[in-house]
Amino acid sequence: MENPYLPYPVRIDKIITETEDRNLKTFRFVFLNPKDEEKFSYTPGQFAELSIAGKGESPIGIASSPTEKGHITFTVNKVGLVTTHLHNMKEGDVMGIRGPLGNWYPWEEMEGKNVVIIGGGFAFTTLRSSIIYMLHPENRSRFKDISVVYGARNPGMLLYKDELAEWEQRDDIHMHITVDGTDDPDWKYNVGFVPTITEQKITSADDAIAIVCGPPIMIKFTQPVLEKVGFSPERIILSLEMRMKCGIGMCGRCNIGDKFVCKDGPVFSLAQLKNMPQEY
Amino acid sequence: MTEKIYTKEEWIKALSGLKSFYNIFVPVRDGDFHTFKALDEKKIPDFNFQNTRLSPKSLVYPQSERIFAYTLDEDTPDANIIKESEKDYSPKAVVGIRPCDAHAFQIVRPNFDNPEYQDPWWIQRYESTTLVGLGCNAPGSTCFCTSVGGGPFSEKGLDALLYDLGDTFLIKALTEKGEAFLENAQGGKEADDAALKAGEDLAAKAANKIEQKISIDKLKDKVQTELFDAPFWDDVAFACINCGTCTYLCPTCWCFDIQDEVLEKQGDRIRNWDSCMFPLFTLHGSGHNPRAKKVQRVRQRFMHKLKYYVDKYNNGVQCSGCGRCVRNCPANIDIREVCELMNRL
Repeated sequence: MENPYLPYPVRIDKIITETEDRNLKTFRFVFLNPKDEEKFSYTPGQFAELSIAGKGESPIGIASSPTEKGHITFTVNKVGLVTTHLHNMKEGDVMGIRGPLGNWYPWEEMEGKNVVIIGGGFAFTTLRSSIIYMLHPENRSRFKDISVVYGARNPGMLLYKDELAEWEQRDDIHMHITVDGTDDPDWKYNVGFVPTITEQKITSADDAIAIVCGPPIMIKFTQPVLEKVGFSPERIILSLEMRMKCGIGMCGRCNIGDKFVCKDGPVFSLAQLKNMPQEY
Repeated sequence: MTEKIYTKEEWIKALSGLKSFYNIFVPVRDGDFHTFKALDEKKIPDFNFQNTRLSPKSLVYPQSERIFAYTLDEDTPDANIIKESEKDYSPKAVVGIRPCDAHAFQIVRPNFDNPEYQDPWWIQRYESTTLVGLGCNAPGSTCFCTSVGGGPFSEKGLDALLYDLGDTFLIKALTEKGEAFLENAQGGKEADDAALKAGEDLAAKAANKIEQKISIDKLKDKVQTELFDAPFWDDVAFACINCGTCTYLCPTCWCFDIQDEVLEKQGDRIRNWDSCMFPLFTLHGSGHNPRAKKVQRVRQRFMHKLKYYVDKYNNGVQCSGCGRCVRNCPANIDIREVCELMNRL
């Protein structure tokens, strides 16, 4: 019998400190058994449990794209027991990964449509996965315009800075990078909260689906902006966070009504959420 | 299916003989209560009880169990690699389980065994267990199994069923597992029509003794968010002290936690029962807690049992009517009253 609780052993291949406060690091993992990489077949929007012997597990969104072969990456905020321990680990260390878990962004529905991606802070991880996935030569033609609004508190708190700069140069993706504030006189991009920049830059909901990931306050104020432009709740897609243990809908703690964020989510449309108890 | 009759002495002897085929668990008197214990020379099975203090849930789903083990010793090649622990799935028989507690396993099953994921430990332990029920001649004042799809002689989830006819036990095999159990049981004789008739009468009489009737018929059609926002939750939760007794006694509560325990260089990953009554159950690393307030947790427990489960599995309510939570709640919160409130809304 397959054991859904048993993590695949992995080695930390590379660690990148992402933000100036050093609280966010990206971990690139390689599977110890190459066959496990095939079994770990995922779709952007899914997450996995990072599993550390002696510490426990933490559910984290997958930041790499399935089009990137040979490794998987996660960007991890230092918060609790497991993530703090992970931040102190080094390249070459062995740990576990369990997954992929949960559902994913509605790629079939998004096919042939304009895609609007709105992210805030460190919730940009599965959005990075999605952008890399869509920009891959095999996939790019499956989507129309891709627009991205991504904001952080200040320039030093943005994730994936090199990739953001590279995407800025491309003409097949419209980037709108913003910071809440900055004293950097050379800052080239926007200044303003994500909802404000969204209001300025996203002016059409025609044939479009929006994916929104960020802190609750950002989601709260972005939602009316999108609805005003004409996004119906069915076309606003959100990814939720919740305390989890099993990740497979059994341990009972991550439910919202009769839905489990780990198994039925983490991706829900606003239309779905409007019909669920407000308990998240 | 086999139907046999045993004198009570014969039955105890038969159980002793069955020990070579099964690890047998029987109700044993333990202070003021009854509890399931493994049958050995020192234990006297006592089938004269209303119900055990705890259901035998833990025989399939232990309150605490090692699920994985690992070494943190960097000098070994498999340091930090999490590995499966050896498990004992040798045949087990629970003799004297009440029908409500057997029904509870059936209620719990879709959580651990569904098309998407299968919990290997629950399933293998459940499948290696034979459940021999004991019908309830005299259901208690807090019993309401007949309102939730069961009954004092319900065969749901059972492999065989015992009828206490006074000096004798009538036993009916109900499944292949029950048939195998009876095949291995020494003594007894084939049940005659009189015994079968006596069993039927007993069952009919017992069902009539359950006075508590609650309605669950309208729960399915209610809108989840309307029940969630119902005005009565503050009143329902007012007396609750969040002790969690209800969840630990409940044969259909299945929530669990997973923790790592390390002694020197050796570690275990352990699964423990958990409870939705505790605020830490849902506390995020960020400090945010979607069920930080008592009323939210109390609502979660009842909504899960009486609405979310109903909507998710179309398998009735997540309650087998054993009444343990009603009897043991220190604040006298009664699921039957809450169910009425919800059904009536």
